[in-house]
Amino acid sequence: MEATVARRVTYSPVSASDVIRMEQIRKVYDTGKVKVEALRGIDLRVGKGEFVAIVGPSGSGKSTLMNLVGCLDTPTSGNYHLGGTSVGSLDRNQLAEVRNRRIGFVFQSFNLLPQITAFENVEMPLLFGQVAKRRRHERVKELLNRVNLADRAEHRPTELSGGQMQRVAIARALAMDPDVLLADEPTGNLDTSSGGDIMGLFEELWTQGRTVLVITHDPALAKRAGRVVEVRDGYIVSDSAA
Amino acid sequence: MRLGLIAQLFLRSSRVQRKRAVLTIAAIAWGSVSLLLLLSFGEGLRRQLSAGTVGMGKDIAVIWPGATGKAYKGLPPGREIKVLIDDVELLRARMPEAQVSGEIQTGRASIVWGKKTVNGRVRGVWADYGEIRHNYAREGGRFLDPLDIQYKRRVIFLGNELAKDIFGDARPENQTVLLNGLPYTVVGVMKKKIQMGTYSGPDAGQSAIPISTFKSQWGRERLSVLLVKPHDPARMKQTLAHLAEILGAKYSFDPKDTRALGIWDTVENQKVTRNILLGIQLFLGVVGGLTLLIGGIGVANIMYAVVKERTREIGVKMALGARASWITGPLVMEGMTYTFVGGLIGLVISILIISALGLIPTEGNEALEFLGKPVLSLTVGLASAGILGLIGILAAYFPARRAARVDPAETLRYE
Repeated sequence: MEATVARRVTYSPVSASDVIRMEQIRKVYDTGKVKVEALRGIDLRVGKGEFVAIVGPSGSGKSTLMNLVGCLDTPTSGNYHLGGTSVGSLDRNQLAEVRNRRIGFVFQSFNLLPQITAFENVEMPLLFGQVAKRRRHERVKELLNRVNLADRAEHRPTELSGGQMQRVAIARALAMDPDVLLADEPTGNLDTSSGGDIMGLFEELWTQGRTVLVITHDPALAKRAGRVVEVRDGYIVSDSAA
Repeated sequence: MRLGLIAQLFLRSSRVQRKRAVLTIAAIAWGSVSLLLLLSFGEGLRRQLSAGTVGMGKDIAVIWPGATGKAYKGLPPGREIKVLIDDVELLRARMPEAQVSGEIQTGRASIVWGKKTVNGRVRGVWADYGEIRHNYAREGGRFLDPLDIQYKRRVIFLGNELAKDIFGDARPENQTVLLNGLPYTVVGVMKKKIQMGTYSGPDAGQSAIPISTFKSQWGRERLSVLLVKPHDPARMKQTLAHLAEILGAKYSFDPKDTRALGIWDTVENQKVTRNILLGIQLFLGVVGGLTLLIGGIGVANIMYAVVKERTREIGVKMALGARASWITGPLVMEGMTYTFVGGLIGLVISILIISALGLIPTEGNEALEFLGKPVLSLTVGLASAGILGLIGILAAYFPARRAARVDPAETLRYE
């Protein structure tokens, strides 16, 4: 518990070691006739080692925010620095590399590739990161151990329970040792007990120094985060320690 | 590493339904078979026709002494030009740039062997006639040689059809026949050949004796035709002009008088034939290529479906940090695999069909003899592989390019 306390003490919204720094981020979807303004000027700083929950009703713009944070999409205007790198000026391949090295995605529906084993799923980001084979295999074993699934390495996703699949997905997200663990409703498809396990795992990772960003509308989940950012109508309407 | 990575990703991408893959591969195989067979038939036809055009001799000209068409040096037109046996020696001496030969033809002569009498044509020729006119002896015999000419030997070389008429299944070599009552020894029988051009009937139905012997027996000296084969086929025109000059000087006619000497230049003919054959082969290739294109459209179709089906998988890979080329690479590899496997199956089927066609007896049927021998040459194989590869790359590239345009945010939005 001491570690947890220590982490909470280092929390500061204006830390110099910001992992995420967004300034006046706007995102407009142009559907031809109608322009939809999903984000209308977001300022967000997340320091290293923070555990942040982003909450808000559907349509609030939190998914758009997640896409921008995860470099899956680029903002219409504004500055975004991820781990000191300005993301706005990067080309597609550089963005792919940023996603590979700096972001670990965890999705609501797991998004494991069904035709390959748990081991190969976890190995995927390491392949894209062009990590040598021996090192890759060591790392995958280490990660599956970390999420207590060493005995399921050769199973395919269809042979795993929901909770197990999400643990594989987390192992995959951690593979390249990213700056930020980015989770979108990670417990949304799980029953209460597995969901609790997954949240416990995120908390554990946080106490070990990981930066975790969770998007959720589950208040119970948000409560476990160190900081809650509420998004509504494309603005951040509140930002507070839980 | 990059290529290895793409191969690894290809092996780990999800598989399409087996039935769909099989149908696609079958379409490519079908297209490959039609392309390969058409090109092979074209190649077989080309070889047969090429062999046929040179059946009479390669790069030669046949010259008929005619009658003058122009007045020349005070002499009136319409004079007959008579070229004699001795003129061949003259031309040989004055024309180092070419082989010169000639022949005298008879009408029918009676050839008797035992109780069998056959009417056949006889030609009096020089020893180099065999080489110039592609009258090669089959195993166990020979053509006439210079000593036959020098010693006026009574020896005869028979066309294969004529030999069959006289001897049936018996062996003609070293037998003695009576030619218009005089005994001649058969020194050889012509090897069977395809001959498309003739000027006095196919060589298979003719026979040849030394020019000197011919002169003694028939008392004729006037040549029916002259034969010229330049050492450099490209200089045929100049060679013929030279020949007309020499004979024109001797017999007083204008070397530019086209009616004094009738000329058949086979080099010109061979050029035309070659171009027609090239045209036929191109046409067959285009027809085959279009059939294969349908197979290629099948591959493109399946690959578009694959991209659509795997949109989410592609989005996930992009989220995990795959570059565009690591998405397209495995897809191109997949499309190429269908094309390659289909092409390979097509090749095997084509080889089987061509071998089977080779077993069909075509003896005696000229149409089948020409068409029934498709040849799967290296050129045909390479051309087919080239067309197949091009179609495969195009069929795989466009769907893969669409995959690279997948927007990961879009595909991952709906949970």
